[in-house]
Amino acid sequence: MLRIVPSTHEEEAACSLEGEFTIYEVAAAKAQLCAALDQASRLQLNLAGLEELDTAGVQLLVWLKQEAHRKGKKLSLFAHSPAVVGVFDLLQVTGRFGDPILIAPPVAPFVA
Amino acid sequence: MDLDQAKQTYIIEARELLDAMEEALLTVEETSDRSEAINAMFRAIHTIKGSAGLFGLDGIVRFAHTVESVLDRVRSQTLELTADLIGLVLGCHDHLALLIAGIQSEADPAPEVVAAGEQFLAQLAPYLGGGLAKAAPAGHASKASVPASGEAPGRDCWHLSLRFGRDVLRNGMDPLSFVRYLATLGEIVHLTSLFGQFPERDAFDPEACQLGLEIELDSPAERATLEDVFEFVRDDSQIRIIPPHAKVDDYIRLIQELPEEDRFLGEILVAGGCLTRRELEEALKLQRSEAGEEGAVPVRRLGAIVIQEHAVPPPVVAAALEKQKTFQDRQAQELRVVKVSAEKLDRLVDLVGELVIAGASAHAKAILAQGGQPHAAALLEATLTVNELVEEIRDNALSLRMVQIGETFNRFRRIVRDVSLELGKAIELEIHGADTELDKTIVEKLADPLMHIVRNAIDHGIEPVEVRRARSKPESGTLSLSARHESGSIIIEVSDDGGGLNKDRILAKAIERGLVKAGASLSDQEIINLIFEPGFSTADAVSNLSGRGVGMDVVRRNIDELRGTIEVETEQGLGTTLRMRLPLTLAIIDGFRVEAAGASYVVPLDVVIECLDLGPFLESEQNHLINLRGEVLPFLRLREVFQIPGEVPARERVVVIQHGELRAGIVVDRLLGEFQTVIKPMGRLFRRAKGIGGSTILGTGEVALILDVAQMVQLATERQVPDRKRTPILA
Repeated sequence: MLRIVPSTHEEEAACSLEGEFTIYEVAAAKAQLCAALDQASRLQLNLAGLEELDTAGVQLLVWLKQEAHRKGKKLSLFAHSPAVVGVFDLLQVTGRFGDPILIAPPVAPFVA
Repeated sequence: MDLDQAKQTYIIEARELLDAMEEALLTVEETSDRSEAINAMFRAIHTIKGSAGLFGLDGIVRFAHTVESVLDRVRSQTLELTADLIGLVLGCHDHLALLIAGIQSEADPAPEVVAAGEQFLAQLAPYLGGGLAKAAPAGHASKASVPASGEAPGRDCWHLSLRFGRDVLRNGMDPLSFVRYLATLGEIVHLTSLFGQFPERDAFDPEACQLGLEIELDSPAERATLEDVFEFVRDDSQIRIIPPHAKVDDYIRLIQELPEEDRFLGEILVAGGCLTRRELEEALKLQRSEAGEEGAVPVRRLGAIVIQEHAVPPPVVAAALEKQKTFQDRQAQELRVVKVSAEKLDRLVDLVGELVIAGASAHAKAILAQGGQPHAAALLEATLTVNELVEEIRDNALSLRMVQIGETFNRFRRIVRDVSLELGKAIELEIHGADTELDKTIVEKLADPLMHIVRNAIDHGIEPVEVRRARSKPESGTLSLSARHESGSIIIEVSDDGGGLNKDRILAKAIERGLVKAGASLSDQEIINLIFEPGFSTADAVSNLSGRGVGMDVVRRNIDELRGTIEVETEQGLGTTLRMRLPLTLAIIDGFRVEAAGASYVVPLDVVIECLDLGPFLESEQNHLINLRGEVLPFLRLREVFQIPGEVPARERVVVIQHGELRAGIVVDRLLGEFQTVIKPMGRLFRRAKGIGGSTILGTGEVALILDVAQMVQLATERQVPDRKRTPILA
C-alpha cells in the first residue's frame, strides 16, 4: 500500500510518500503524482515514510524527474528513508536526482 | 503472476539439492577422491542460495552464504573437512531444510528456529577464517571505487551488461534482487543504472521495465553461475556477460550491440575500468575513418575490426569452446530427464491394464469368430499383433515406474550415522546393488519396514565397542544393505556382524508372553521365527529407537502386504541377516488359472510348486492331508473355502503352493494354465473376505478371483489342528 499525502502551499507543493512503493502501486501513484506536479511549479516529495521501494518505484521517480524537467518544473526528494537510501545506493541513482541525502553514501563521481 | 509457481519449483529444486548435499556429506568420508563430493555439496548450497536470492528469501541467503563460505574454504583446501565439520554442516543442512519447508507457509520462522540458525552461524564462525568480509551480504556491497589510473585498470572483473525485458517487473521479478544477489557472489566494483529516455506523460507505462545495468563484478564465480542468476529473465532480456581479462574487442562489440549510443556506453566502460580512454578513442576512430573512406558502403562492424587488429590467441578460443561444450552437455543432460507426477503415471498404468484386458477380450472374440466369418483369419492375426503391441506398451509403462533402490538405501546413511553416534557405537554402512530397480509403490511401502529392521540391527544387533573388543571383533561394526534380482523377484538383505539372535532368550520370552507352551520342542528356525509374532520384543532396555513392542510382526505384515516374504538367518556371535523377497511390481502377476464349480481363480504362478491328481496322493480325506512323495501336506478344497455347492467332478486336481516355509495343496476342478494378468484391488466390501487377494477380468469379460496365498496356506494348516496335533510342516 502506498499513501500519498499532499500538502500544497501556494507554488510549493509537497507530498509524503508512505508505505510500499512497488510494482503494485506505481500505476495509481503515477496518476496522483502527475496531478500533484501539475498543480505547482515545484514539487517536493517526502520519502521518510517509505518502507519498501523496488525497481518500478525508482523508475517512476526517475521518470517524474524527467517529466518535471520537460515541463520546466522542479522536483526534489527529501528525508530519504533507510529503505530508499539502500535502494538508491544499490542502483547508484542518487546522482540522478541531485538531492542531498542525510546519511551520505559513497556516490559515483560519474553521472550519465 | 507466475511467482508462486516459480517458488514451488524452487522448493522442489532446493529439496533435491539438499538431498544431493546430504548424500555427498555422508559419502565424503569413505571416498578416496573427496573433491567430487565436496564440489557437489558446494554446488548444492550455492544454487540454493542463488535461487533464494531471486525470491528475496534473505534469511536463507544469509544462512546459506555462510555455509557456502565455509565449504568454499574446504574446496580450496584451506580448511580440512573433519568429522566435526561434517557433523556441523549436516546440522546446517537440516536447518536449511527447515527454512525451505517454512517458505510454503509464508510465515516468519519461529523464534526457536531463528535462534537455532544463529547458533549454527556462531558455530560456523571459527571455520570462516575471516574470509567473510570479501563477500559481504547485500545492502552495503556497492562500493563505487573507480580505479584512479593505469593502463589496464580493472580488467579482472566480470562485466555484466543487462537490459531487462519490458515485462520483467510485471512478471514479479525485481532487478534489484539480482543486484543484491550478485553482491553475494562477489564485490560490485562499479554499477551504472540506465533508464534511457522515458516517453512523455501518457505514453509512459510505469509497470514496463526500462532499466539497464552495467556492472563490474569482482567475483571468483564461474560463467554458468552468473548466467544462472538471470535464468528467469533470460528469455526476454538482453544479458551479456564478459569474463575477466577479456579483450578490448569484446567490450567494443558490446558497445555495438547495445541500443545506447556508442559514445555513451563507451564512457560507462571507461568509468568502470574495462577500457582505457585511449583504447576507446582508437576503436571509435578506426570505425569513423573507415566509414569516411568507403563512403556509402555500410560501415564494417567495429567488433570485426578489433578482432582483426588483435587476433585472439588460439588456446583461448579452444578453452572457450571447451567450456561452452561442457555447459551445453550439462543442459542436454537436464533435458534427457523428464519429471512426471506419480499420479499421472499410475493413471497411465491403470489404462494400460484396461487395454491389456480389452485386447485379450478382442482376441478371445476373434477366436470364437473363426469359421463362418469371411475375414476371421485376418481378424485373428490383427488381434494378435495388437496384443503383442499392448504387451510391449504394458512392459514399457511398468518400467517407467521402476526406480532404483539406491535412493532409499542412501537415506540410511544419515540414520546409521546419527543413531550410532547417539548410542556410542561405531558402525559402517555398506551398500550393494544400489542400482537395482523395483516398482516405485514397493519402494515407498518398503521404507518403513526397512527403517525398523535397520534400527533393530543398530540398536540390538551390533554390540557396543567394548563388547566387540572383548569378543575380538573389529571395533567398528558393519551393517550392510543389499539388493539384487533373482528369478523374477527382488531380494533385499539387511545384515549386521553383531551378536546374532539369542535363541534361548527368544524362547524364554515367547514362553513368558504365552506365545508357546513351556517344554514345546521347536526347531531353531521355528524359535527364530517367533520374533515375527505379534507382541514379541526382546529388548531389555527400551531405547527411543526400537523395542517398543511394535516390532517385527509389523514388519512382516508390511512385507506380506507387498506379497513378499521375510526370513532370518542368524549365527550367535557372528551376526544376523534379514532377507526379504519381493515381487518386482504390484500391478501385474504371472498367474496360474484354475477352475472350481465353473468359476475361474488365479494363483500367483511363483508360489505354485506342482500340480497333481488328487486321487493317487490322497493320504487322509478326513484330516485333509495328501502325501507328496513321503511329505505329508494339508489341503483344502476351493469349493469348501468359498462354500460353493454342486457336483464334485470325478477327477479332482491339486495345486501345491508354498508360502514361506509352509506348503499346502489347493483342490480344484480343472487346471487352465498360465495367465498373465493385471491385478485389480478388491472393493471395500470384500476387503475382509478370507482367501481373496484381488480380482482380475478375463478376456471373456468374466471376473476371476486372485487367491491370497498366505491366507490360503494359513487356512489349510489351521483347519487340521483340531483334528490332529501337528506343527506346521517345514520345508
